[in-house]
Amino acid sequence: MLMRGSHVIAESAIRAGCRFYAGYPITPQNELTEYMAGAMAKVSDATFIQAESEIAAINMVLGAAMTGARAMTSSSSPGLSLKQEGISFLAASELPAVIINTMRGGPGLGNIAPAQGDYFQATKGGGHGDYHSIVLAPASGQEQADLTVKAFECADRYRSPVIILIDGMMGQMMEPVILPEPIDPRSLPPKSYILNGASQRPSRFIKSLILDTRDMEEHNWKLQRKYESITRDLILHESYLTNDANLVVIAYGTAARIAKGAIKRVREMGLKVGLLRPISLYPFPKGAIVELSRIVKHFLVFEMSTGQMVEDVKLSLEGRSKVHFYGRPGGIISTPDEISKVISSLYYRQNLEEEQ
Amino acid sequence: MLKKTVFAGFGGQGVLMMGYLYAVAAMREGKEVTYLPSYGAEMRGGTANCTIAVSDEEIFSPVASSPDHAVILNNPSLIKFESALTRGGLIVLNSSLVDRKTSRDDITVYRVPANELAKKHFNDDRSVNIIMLGGFIAATKMTSIESIVKALHEIFKGKKSDIMAINEKSLTLGAELVIKGA
Amino acid sequence: MEKKVFERPKLLKKAVFHYCPGCGHSILHRLIAEIIEELDIAHKVVGVPPAGCAVLAYDYLDIDMGESPHGRCAAVATGIKRSLPDRVVFTYQGDGDIAAIGTAETIHAANRGENITTIFVNNGCYGMTGGQMAPTTLIGQNSSTTPGGRDYARDGAPIDLSEMLALTKGSVYIERTTVNSPANIRKTKRAITRAFKIQMAGLGFSLVEVLSPCPTNWKMNTVDSCKWIEETITKTYPLKVIKDTVGDKIQ
Ligand code: SF4
Repeated sequence: MLMRGSHVIAESAIRAGCRFYAGYPITPQNELTEYMAGAMAKVSDATFIQAESEIAAINMVLGAAMTGARAMTSSSSPGLSLKQEGISFLAASELPAVIINTMRGGPGLGNIAPAQGDYFQATKGGGHGDYHSIVLAPASGQEQADLTVKAFECADRYRSPVIILIDGMMGQMMEPVILPEPIDPRSLPPKSYILNGASQRPSRFIKSLILDTRDMEEHNWKLQRKYESITRDLILHESYLTNDANLVVIAYGTAARIAKGAIKRVREMGLKVGLLRPISLYPFPKGAIVELSRIVKHFLVFEMSTGQMVEDVKLSLEGRSKVHFYGRPGGIISTPDEISKVISSLYYRQNLEEEQ
Repeated sequence: MLKKTVFAGFGGQGVLMMGYLYAVAAMREGKEVTYLPSYGAEMRGGTANCTIAVSDEEIFSPVASSPDHAVILNNPSLIKFESALTRGGLIVLNSSLVDRKTSRDDITVYRVPANELAKKHFNDDRSVNIIMLGGFIAATKMTSIESIVKALHEIFKGKKSDIMAINEKSLTLGAELVIKGA
Repeated sequence: MEKKVFERPKLLKKAVFHYCPGCGHSILHRLIAEIIEELDIAHKVVGVPPAGCAVLAYDYLDIDMGESPHGRCAAVATGIKRSLPDRVVFTYQGDGDIAAIGTAETIHAANRGENITTIFVNNGCYGMTGGQMAPTTLIGQNSSTTPGGRDYARDGAPIDLSEMLALTKGSVYIERTTVNSPANIRKTKRAITRAFKIQMAGLGFSLVEVLSPCPTNWKMNTVDSCKWIEETITKTYPLKVIKDTVGDKIQ
């Protein structure tokens, strides 16, 4: 199937058992909402709601998640700012949900071009309080399908919000895709915490208010232990031509595709350059970067922002190797040619051809 | 080999469909494909374009800063994309609507009088995009005409057979009547 | 022979209310417990408490409850109800929650005709945070943020959310009651029961606004609070059926 990224995510979500979607119009992700409107209408037990606001949409998802439904909302950067309250509540009350952010140029209203300025917001919590969402960053149509399924699985397994970070280009681009096999959400294991009426069981409540400070501390540590197990189990990344590399570029999503094109060019010139592409941004593939640093002394982080993920790279390396940065914020899509020039000038400046 | 093609014209000329047909045909031939439409604010003002990359290998960037081919349906699109075209690139022009001369001598230009052909054979403008696609395929051999026909059948599944017949005839017209030279 | 005429409802947990003496929340919790018991819907009811004094409602009501962010109860309830259409879903919200920060969610839920019930507890102030001005605070009424009394020129007029909601197509039953006397408590119970029955019949959005005493922030004793409702608040917020398009369909 040749399919637009936003449609791939929407269709894959339904196939993964998503039965509740609430959204609000915002460019460049309206195709996702519109697809959901049409497709959910054909699924007998599914709900589509065009909410009155981003805030309402995420809170409808919160309500649906309380009933055990696989629930999703989607938006683009400014909309995600509004959703942060709900995401914090989802994390605090340990409820699963999938949130798609089709990032655009910012801050403020910014523009609708592809950008990666929401990395901090997505990976560091974003809303108030001590929490994280799982963050996945696909870089192709197929990965959008696969990671959407994974997002729902992880959300349920870890009872946590999962954010899929794409940008306008990922959402608009069509690529050949093999869609996942549809599942019947009724075949999923029952959830022990849901609210559906206290029938033949004690009543339950779902809450995030914990007034007792010691209990609240313990709840925070409990969440922290969950993030530790997520970090153990869930890291995803792709390595491309890193085996003999003197320089490794680190980039995700659209930026990684551009970097890959650039690496192909500089390889033709004989430069030993590879790519490490984080697929999970939270948890961050720290181990893989540290492993590489045993041989690679120079990393180049390329982002469509002024530099956000680069901080995680530096934190991972703790000074082990040199970290360089190149960024194009504001919705600029670099060309592979531009990035190959950045790579080769860095390569020669640092005399990397002399290494080994 | 990686080839990037831009299809551009007025909104309503079927530019996106033209690119989509080509992309599906290439995909069915087993090629790697990306299709990137212009979107949002770019679409205001009535112009539309899409970029299709076709390759035997993994495609990295779907964006074409210097496309190999351009299929141009109107004057504004020629102005917008002519200078971006790569050296040795190829343009297929709708000569019914594009009256500007191209200013580059390092590219090959093909012309198809698509609106005239459409008027003459079907008495309406709707198949202009398919005629242009026929011309593009004949000029570049990026896919076979048969693959485009198959893509037509796949995409317009369930459409009336007379429409399919018009589409197929349009493809052949474009392919036969494409003229090389500025 | 002794005859029991009043007992603790089974659905009220054996916990001591944290509410202030004379607070309307305690009465309303008891009423809700009684109603759910009488309608025999404990096995299929889900409540959505607000942020505010009643945030701990789940500590008292022995039913499924899911906490909502401040003001978002109607959206959360929408998510629950749409996923489980055969359950009885209600929100329990204060005036700050519903008529200030949650206005949009509430109006749109009503306008969509969400088949949920809202219990809107109007005490004219933000109780939990210390008695600041609410959108419902009366002109001239003192609050911690209107020290000289609410001033129309500076603060605007008290909002009548129930009347606003009555304008939406999707709302079918809206009544304003109070809990300042045994008779009014019985009326409130009838109103909430009716609202639940309307929901169970799938007829649309129902809301009961309950004028409720907050002696602590009003800085009055219980008796004066009840009197103040009778004599003053009902001038701005008259007790009445504001909208009822259901009629005899539900008794
Ligand atoms: S502050 Fe007012 S509303 Fe809150 S518990 Fe006390 S009396 Fe009730």
